[in-house]
Amino acid sequence: MTSATTSRKARSDGLGLTKPARADAGTLVVHVLLIVFVVLAIAPILVVVMNSFKTTPGIFNGPFALPTAETFNLDGWANVFKRGNFALNYGNSIIVTVVSTGLTLVLSTFAAFAITEYKVKLAPVLAGFFIIGIMLPIRLGTVPILQTMVAWHLVDTLTALILVYTAMSLPLAIALMATYFRRVPTELKEAAKIDGAGELRTLSIVLPLVRPGLAAVASVTMLPIWNDLWFPLILAPSKENQTVTLGVQQFVGQFQSDYPALLAALTLGALPLIILFTVFSRNFIQGLSQGYGK
Amino acid sequence: MKSTGRAYRNLILFSAPAFVVYAGFLVIPLIASVVLSFFRSGEGVSTFAGLDNYVYLFTNGSTSERFWNALINNFEFFGVHLLVELPIGLLMAALLTSSTLRRSRGVYRTLLFIPATLSVVIVGFVWRLIINPLWGIVQFPLLGDENTALPTIALMSVWEYVGIPMIFLYTALIAIPDDILEAAKLDGSNAWSTFWRVKFPLIAPQFGLIAILTYIWTFNGFDIIYALNGSAPGPDYSTDILGTLFYRTFFGSSGQVANPDLGATVASVVFFLILIVTALYFFVVQRRLKNYEL
Repeated sequence: MTSATTSRKARSDGLGLTKPARADAGTLVVHVLLIVFVVLAIAPILVVVMNSFKTTPGIFNGPFALPTAETFNLDGWANVFKRGNFALNYGNSIIVTVVSTGLTLVLSTFAAFAITEYKVKLAPVLAGFFIIGIMLPIRLGTVPILQTMVAWHLVDTLTALILVYTAMSLPLAIALMATYFRRVPTELKEAAKIDGAGELRTLSIVLPLVRPGLAAVASVTMLPIWNDLWFPLILAPSKENQTVTLGVQQFVGQFQSDYPALLAALTLGALPLIILFTVFSRNFIQGLSQGYGK
Repeated sequence: MKSTGRAYRNLILFSAPAFVVYAGFLVIPLIASVVLSFFRSGEGVSTFAGLDNYVYLFTNGSTSERFWNALINNFEFFGVHLLVELPIGLLMAALLTSSTLRRSRGVYRTLLFIPATLSVVIVGFVWRLIINPLWGIVQFPLLGDENTALPTIALMSVWEYVGIPMIFLYTALIAIPDDILEAAKLDGSNAWSTFWRVKFPLIAPQFGLIAILTYIWTFNGFDIIYALNGSAPGPDYSTDILGTLFYRTFFGSSGQVANPDLGATVASVVFFLILIVTALYFFVVQRRLKNYEL
C-alpha cells in the first residue's frame, strides 16, 4: 500500500515536470554503469551454466561460445546423478540447512522474546553475551569442537554439523529478532496479559507481528550454512555425510575429465540459493543490514 | 518482588536452549582453544607448557617462517578486499540509490548481489577457467606466479562478496531522510555535491562497520583458497594465510605432521588479533554498542 503510493507519487513527479535533457543523459549513464556491473556479476555464472550443456571438446575449443548443434549435449546432466554421491550429498545439504535454520529460528525467537520482555538486570547482560558472538568466529574453536564430537561419537554425522551451525547462527539471529520484538507495541502484550494469557500464549500472540524478522533470520542463516566448506571438511567428510558444497569440491578434484558433469553439478549446487535469494531478497537485505548494522 | 522472581525464571527458561547451544558449541570451544594453546599433549597426558607453543610458533626456524609469512599474506588479503570492495561497493550503492531509477532498482540490486550467494567452489572454479591462459583473455598464469597468486584469489573473493558492502551502504543511503535532501536541493546543490557533502558524511559510520567485518572475515579466510589450492599453500607459500596454516597445522598435510596444540595456538593468535581490533573498534565507536542496551 505504502510503496504503491510512493512509487505513483514518484512517477507523477517525473511526468509532471519536463525534465531537462541533462537529466536524461544522467539516467542513461546510471543505467549503462549498472548494466556493466550486472554483466560482470552474472556473466561468469552464465559461463558455468552454458558449458554444462556442451560436450567436453565443445567446452575446450571455445569455453565462451554458445552451444551449437554440434557441441550441445545433455550427458553432463545425466552423468551428474550417476557419478559420486551427488543426490545423497544434495539431500545432506538440505537436511543440515533446513534443520539448522529451523532450530535457529525457534531458539532465537524464545531468547529474543525473553531478553526484550523481562526487563530485569540480567536481561541486558544476557543480550550482550549473545550479541558479542556476532564478532566471534566459531572456526577458531575447531580443535575443541572436534574433540567434543569425537568424545560424543558425533564425528561424521549430520548432527555435528547441525549443532555447530545452530551455535554459529544464533548471535545474529537473536540480535535481529530482538530488534523486531522491541517494535511490538507494549499495549498489545499488556492486553494479552490482562486477558489472562500465559507467557507462551503472549509469545504466540506477538509472533505474527515479528514475521518479517523470522523471514530475515531464515534468509541470512541459510546462506553461510549451505556454502560452508570448513566444517563439512572437518566434521563430516565421508562420502555418505558430505554436503553438496564439499561433494562438488571433491568432484572438481576427482572428475576433472568429465567437465560437463562437473559444470552441471556446480549449477545444481548453486541453484537453490539463487532461487531463494531472488524470492526473498528483501528479507535478506533487511536481515543483513539490521543484524550487523545496529 | 514476587514478579521480579517470576521474570527471572521466565527469562532463564526461555533463553536456556539458545544459551546451551551457543555457549556449548561457540563460546566454550573458543575459550578451550585458548586454554589448549598453553598445554602440550602427548601419550594421552597433557602438561602445562606456559607460552612454549607461542614461543615455538613465533621463533622456531621453519615454523615461524611459515607463520610470519601467513600473517603478512593475511594482511595483504585483507587490504586487497578493503581497498577494492569499498570503492566499488560505494559506487554501486550510489548508482542504485540514484533518484532517476524507478522500478529497475530492485532488479539491479538483486542481480548485483547474486555472486554473494554462490559457494566458493563455483567461484574458484569459474574464475580459474576464465583466467586460464589457454583462452587468451589473460596471457599470464596469474595463479601460478608467487607475486600474483594471492591478489588474484583476493580479487575473486572481492567479485563474490562486493554485494555485502554494497547492501550496507545502500541501506544507509536510502535511510537518509528526504527533507535533508530536499533542503540541499533548495540550496541549489546538484547531485554530485549533494552526494559528497550531504550523503557521504551521513553514511561514513558504515565504513567502519564494513572495515571491521572485512577484517574478521578475511582473518577467518580459508574457503576460497582451499577451493583453488586444496591444502597446498600455493606457489612458494604465497597464498598461505592464517586459516590455511591453521588447517595444515591442525590436520597435517604432505610434509607436515598434525599438531592439535600448535593448531590451537595458531587459532588463538587469530582470536587475539580479532579481539584486539574489535575491542578498539567498539572503544572508538562505543555509541554503536549502546544500541544493544535495553
